[in-house]
Amino acid sequence: MPMVDIAGKEYEVDEEGYLVDLSQWNEDVAKYMAVEEKVDLTDSHWEVVNFLREYYAEYQIAPAVRVLTKAIGKKLGAEKGNNKYLYELFPYGPAKQACKIAGLPKPTGCI
Amino acid sequence: MSDMDEMEDGSGIVKKFMFLNRKAPHGTVYALEGLEVVLITAAFDQDVSMVFTDDGIYQLMKGIDTKGIEVKDFSRTYRALEGYDIEKLYVDQASLDARGLTEDDLIVDVTVLSVDEMANLMVEQDVVISF
Repeated sequence: MPMVDIAGKEYEVDEEGYLVDLSQWNEDVAKYMAVEEKVDLTDSHWEVVNFLREYYAEYQIAPAVRVLTKAIGKKLGAEKGNNKYLYELFPYGPAKQACKIAGLPKPTGCI
Repeated sequence: MSDMDEMEDGSGIVKKFMFLNRKAPHGTVYALEGLEVVLITAAFDQDVSMVFTDDGIYQLMKGIDTKGIEVKDFSRTYRALEGYDIEKLYVDQASLDARGLTEDDLIVDVTVLSVDEMANLMVEQDVVISF
């Protein structure tokens, strides 16, 4: 599998650029992935990224978009738990892009 | 009109899918792969039931620790099923009894069924897939 150099350290990624070893994740990795995805990380982005990491820690999977949207709505409020808000943050798919930045695998059922 | 045509125009056929889980969680890929198929099926908004029988019951055991065998502990993923609107989880009474287990040993809320009840439930399904 390909290796990428991030802030002087080597990381293994899969063919789509997702981090292979979740435990290697850190903020440098997140920033690198965000540049790759052409996402300018703001506090709102971090909120979603951190939410995904917590979700993964609890359930051991990356949620499908529908599930993510619902869970965000529950935790952060209805004004954030909708497709419009999440797609504005992550235009190429909140689950796909935010998971990549969060160092998670691509969500199951992400088609 | 064929099923495929209806799917393509988005009218959304919903079938009743039952996934039968009969094997221990680790040692083979059946449990994990089955779980992935279940999540994908739910992403297509299908009517999903999961049945745990024989050693499949061990998939739902509380307190699983996979450190020693160096594989992912996906038992916690069963608790995410509710978020995917998968709430029909059934367990075979005889399989529980044979292993000296009760509902309290399981990480999610389930409905325990007798063999007859299980058979009736299976008859209602459009698709039954065994893992």
